Amino acid sequence: MDIRSALFYIFASVLLISAFRVITVRNTVHASLFLVLAFFQASGLFMLLDAEFLSITLVLVYVGAVMVLFLFVVMMLDVSVDTIRIGFWKHFPLAASLGAVVSLELAGVLMAGFRVGVVRPMSLPEGLPGAQSAEIMGNTKSLGVLLYSNYLYPVEIAAVILLVAIVAAIALTLRARKDSKYQDPGEQIRVKSKDRLQIVKMAAVIQQPSLPTEPEHQPAVGGAGAEKPKS
Amino acid sequence: MNVTLAHYLTIGSMLFALSIVGIFLNRKNLIVILMAIELELLSVNMNFVAFSHYLGDMQGQLFVFFILTVAAAESAIGLAILVLLFRNRSSISIDKLNSLKG
Repeated sequence: MDIRSALFYIFASVLLISAFRVITVRNTVHASLFLVLAFFQASGLFMLLDAEFLSITLVLVYVGAVMVLFLFVVMMLDVSVDTIRIGFWKHFPLAASLGAVVSLELAGVLMAGFRVGVVRPMSLPEGLPGAQSAEIMGNTKSLGVLLYSNYLYPVEIAAVILLVAIVAAIALTLRARKDSKYQDPGEQIRVKSKDRLQIVKMAAVIQQPSLPTEPEHQPAVGGAGAEKPKS
Repeated sequence: MNVTLAHYLTIGSMLFALSIVGIFLNRKNLIVILMAIELELLSVNMNFVAFSHYLGDMQGQLFVFFILTVAAAESAIGLAILVLLFRNRSSISIDKLNSLKG
């Protein structure tokens, strides 16, 4: 058994164990972390299959972005663990029988169709796009050449899909707060000068001159000031 | 003993069966169901990359690229719907999502 086979068995066993833990663990945060482990193992398997670019992309996209998103949502929602586990064992017979059926079907197909197994990479007839180009140019470069020549329109459709995902995620979760202060640029442009300055006509009010209350010990200075009643 | 194509296909099928079991097992937790869907897409990707390697054709890896794009968009929108659902009903159990049943 060479080193690649040993690595394959290690990666595959850890991948299956962590996938099993994802669907059975109690805590959702732990499930998310086990999913990170599963994606790392799958990235190792991709590396064994000489798909270096996809292996790095899997780590960057899934572990870097999607799993962080999952962790954010899990920590934001604050769902109690006990209510989640209600009915776990009630659904278990249905789930186990369905999984057995699916795995039996897939095993039947594999045993029937792939008993011999393709051991070495076959060679496709020349002229097919992408055939044997990885051995000449390397994985990433041949993927890029295919991506931007034969698959240009699918790349643009994928970009539009990502844009739709951004817009939909923001539009779904955006909540306008009533108490937040914000500016309306249209209203700022449409404003007239009479909205800014308001001229108010007021009737003239004659204010009574208020005389300072004089202390007791100070004698009245003049006759004019003496008409204020002393308390 | 070399690792053949059938080994990788077996891994992919076992992963697929596990994630289907996970979807049926976690009826109360929509987040784990989304994670199981991600695992299903990973098993499909595994099949694509294995066929691409053993048949010597790069286009399988190209489709994995597009599947990754769609999976990222799907999980982003799914989690947004999940947050909205939790905000409205304060529960993420899919057994209670029966208001469209008529």
